[in-house]
Amino acid sequence: MRERMKKVKSVQYPQHEISFILNGKKVSCKTKGSAVLLDVIRDVFELKGTKPGCHEGECGACTVLVDNVPVNSCLFLAVNADGKNILTVEGLLHADGTLDPVQESLVQNGAVQCGFCSSGMAMSLKALVHQYENAHPVAGEIKKGIPSRDEIKKHLEGNLCRCTGYVKILDAAEKLFLNNE
Amino acid sequence: MKKNLKVIGKPIPKHDARSRITGEAVYGHDIVLPHMLHGVILRTEHPSAIIESIDVSAAKKLPGVVCVITADDVDVNNISYKRDHPILKKNEVNCIRDEIAAVAAETKEIARQALKLIKVKYKIRKGIYDPHEALKKDAPQINKFIGGKFSNKNIAETFHYEHGNLAEEKKKSAVTITRRFTLPRVTHACMATSNITAHYTKTDKKLLLYSSTQVPFLYQRDMAHALKMNPSDIRIIQPVIGGGFGSKLDMYPFEPICALLSIKTGRPVQILYSREEEFIASPTRQPMIIDLTVGADAKGNFTFREINIIKDNGAYTSWGATTPFVIMQAFSSLYKIPACCFDAMAVYTNNVFAGSFRGYGNPQATFALERMIDLLADELGMGKAEIRLLNANEKGEVTGQGLHYETCGHKECLETVIAKSHFKKKKSPEKSGRYKRGIGLASMLHVGGGAKIYRSDGCGTTVKIDPYGFCTVITGSTEIGQGSETVLAMMAAEELGIDLNKIKIINTDTDVKPWDVGVHASRTSFVAGNSLLGAIKILKEKLNKKAAQLLNTNDSYFDYENGNIYLQNTNGGEPANAKKNSVLKKNSEIPDSSFVKLDKVVREMHFGEPNELAIASYFYEPSSKFQDKTFKGNVSGTYAFASQSIEVEVDTYTGNVKVLDIYVAQDVGKVLNPLLLDGQIEGGILQGVGYALSEELLVKEGRILNPNFHNYKMLTAADIPNIHFYPVETNDKQGPYGAKGVGEAPLIPTAAAIANAVCNALAIELLDLPVTPEKILKALAEKEKLKKQTV
Repeated sequence: MRERMKKVKSVQYPQHEISFILNGKKVSCKTKGSAVLLDVIRDVFELKGTKPGCHEGECGACTVLVDNVPVNSCLFLAVNADGKNILTVEGLLHADGTLDPVQESLVQNGAVQCGFCSSGMAMSLKALVHQYENAHPVAGEIKKGIPSRDEIKKHLEGNLCRCTGYVKILDAAEKLFLNNE
Repeated sequence: MKKNLKVIGKPIPKHDARSRITGEAVYGHDIVLPHMLHGVILRTEHPSAIIESIDVSAAKKLPGVVCVITADDVDVNNISYKRDHPILKKNEVNCIRDEIAAVAAETKEIARQALKLIKVKYKIRKGIYDPHEALKKDAPQINKFIGGKFSNKNIAETFHYEHGNLAEEKKKSAVTITRRFTLPRVTHACMATSNITAHYTKTDKKLLLYSSTQVPFLYQRDMAHALKMNPSDIRIIQPVIGGGFGSKLDMYPFEPICALLSIKTGRPVQILYSREEEFIASPTRQPMIIDLTVGADAKGNFTFREINIIKDNGAYTSWGATTPFVIMQAFSSLYKIPACCFDAMAVYTNNVFAGSFRGYGNPQATFALERMIDLLADELGMGKAEIRLLNANEKGEVTGQGLHYETCGHKECLETVIAKSHFKKKKSPEKSGRYKRGIGLASMLHVGGGAKIYRSDGCGTTVKIDPYGFCTVITGSTEIGQGSETVLAMMAAEELGIDLNKIKIINTDTDVKPWDVGVHASRTSFVAGNSLLGAIKILKEKLNKKAAQLLNTNDSYFDYENGNIYLQNTNGGEPANAKKNSVLKKNSEIPDSSFVKLDKVVREMHFGEPNELAIASYFYEPSSKFQDKTFKGNVSGTYAFASQSIEVEVDTYTGNVKVLDIYVAQDVGKVLNPLLLDGQIEGGILQGVGYALSEELLVKEGRILNPNFHNYKMLTAADIPNIHFYPVETNDKQGPYGAKGVGEAPLIPTAAAIANAVCNALAIELLDLPVTPEKILKALAEKEKLKKQTV
């Protein structure tokens, strides 16, 4: 067995040293050039809340925020996270165990069923909140007021859900913005 | 049972939602065990071929590879209820899913690399992809593991059912219509792909499986049979399950393969499907061709239905083959029908096999049936609402198949959606313009109190209260995201009068939880709910005895509220409720002799003589009957009904259908939790809209052409219609608090109602799903052509 383990280690890929902010803390690791952020988050930092739904950028379950912009972490090369600010669903939770208003609204409005899409949904919604909070303009775009239901639909188009039929998720989003107003 | 409900009926959020939205919940994909290996499966490159040789030597030599297995390395039994499915294929392959070899390696990358080093020599054969071709006399036998039972070597399963006098009813019929309906393959597309982690320990020869199965106890038995093990040496732990919808009702080859890799290596092994593998290798809804003939008399009363169904069984059998159990119910018992003759057969082909999928054949049946009712109405010159109301099921009815409708909300459901959607006003659409609107109706019947398809349809529960007043419910049932944990916790909180956050649900371990059939047939709230109520009743008898002793009374009537046990006023004085209310307001003023704290009672039970535990177990078996060989009998504890009225707008230039409004009324018996109920309705309906319009697993000569979310069109948030839901409460006395099963029903009539609406909008005839723009444009072109010919 020991013999075999040694051999495994002998499989070498060129490694890149990257550093970034992960949920408010500065972290660094070595990663190969082809590694995607999703795998680094899940396997290196063992944050399992970011879900692998398709690994091809179609389902949105792995959505995380990179400098407040939602990305499919399964398509985002880990080396590109160097120097960036990454927020995963674990980072939404407050230190005292209370939920972020986005999470709380999803829970209270029955928007979570099996939950496998829920982290990605929460992160996408968080990005929308950022856009409307004005504090974190995305690509120069600062939005005023609150988003319409149609705008929320459009925003969540990249997040698939098989359980809820999206209605409760949209309700949660609408109420979140109404409460924030 | 209590009359003034305090918890039941409230919109209480799912109690496990917090852990699911914070990343705390551990799904199968999140499990990491010490020294764990990663397993991958080599599948065939061809749907039909002879395997001339398999060479795994290079794969075995790859550093980091720990184990490679083929059929020659294992001693196992075939799986599936027909035992017609080898876990690893030898000599030949018959389906694009076929598993040829499996690798366990230190990392996923190495395991995948190893697959590429396995050399398989195939002699490609011409496969059979059409069940009608497979039925031809000179067709080769596709599955070699069964045979002899049926007239044709490629028949996997048959069903025959009949009631009434068909010949006589045909004579009575003023109109008779025959059509052929074709239903596609669609797939569950659970957001979490299939997964399993197996951990075999060599010292005690026990196998621990972290499996997302919906039926842990049947699975344990199937796994034991496959691996030639003692079932009790196999322990199933269910991690948090990322979607079920019926897909996890059977055991598939990857699961015993993972166990075998663990047994061979003595290390934990994990297999996670990629999304592509999920589309290719997980089961689908049963595709079928339905030949249907129906009749009605001049007044519009239905007279008979004659059904002939051919199902493409694929190369092996899974639960898809048994969907006629449910399909025949729709045909025999949805609307009053004097005579019915039903035949269905599943035919082996080299296609992929179908499993069970929410609705279990019912969406297919209901599509054909409800499309046909519109055709009958047109032929008779009757209204589509009127013909349905005329024939709707009624309370007290015993159907030809022997289903007892002790409660029945069919008519009320129909009337509700007809009124709410202004169906009668909208039924004649505009004749001109690019965009045309139409409205369609459909109903459905489904089991609402379990389904006795095994000799027992039962569920066991153990409930205990600790000395601190917290309650643990150990239930046989399974949570797959639908909210069963929450509903059971609500029932326990209601009955025991303790806070919801003091209820713990244990439901994931076969070594701990009592036996249960599994989560299917919309049965969990009904069966597990009744089981829990039964256990609580027994537990309360014990608690009451001790409470009476502590309160120095001979009375045996108590109320449980606010963590206390109150002596009920049974002396005919002021009503108990009035007293209770005053108790709630002014606890301190109540003399000690009227109540005692629940936790104190439990402590006195534990520590005072005769020293016993506050624990009780109960096994609930529904009153339903196991059907006889002619498929007759009251198979469910109760039945659920629903109607949907759906308005669409069709773009006649592009063929695109936009679903505008869906009005749905469903007989749910009693609303246990409106928030969770809405979730079931809305989620089900959207799956139904996908089935109607956009979803189809495209298969050409046995290969899946669209194994990804880009080309398999699941609906997104941007596609959702307005859903207007009206629960109909019929308070079935069999159900917990009167409730019926609700989970499958919402998607069952949706495709039928949408197709009816599109046909109403365009005056065309659609007999296939999905209703794609191509099909609509083709139908419009044909209509135009026909018009020109007649002019």
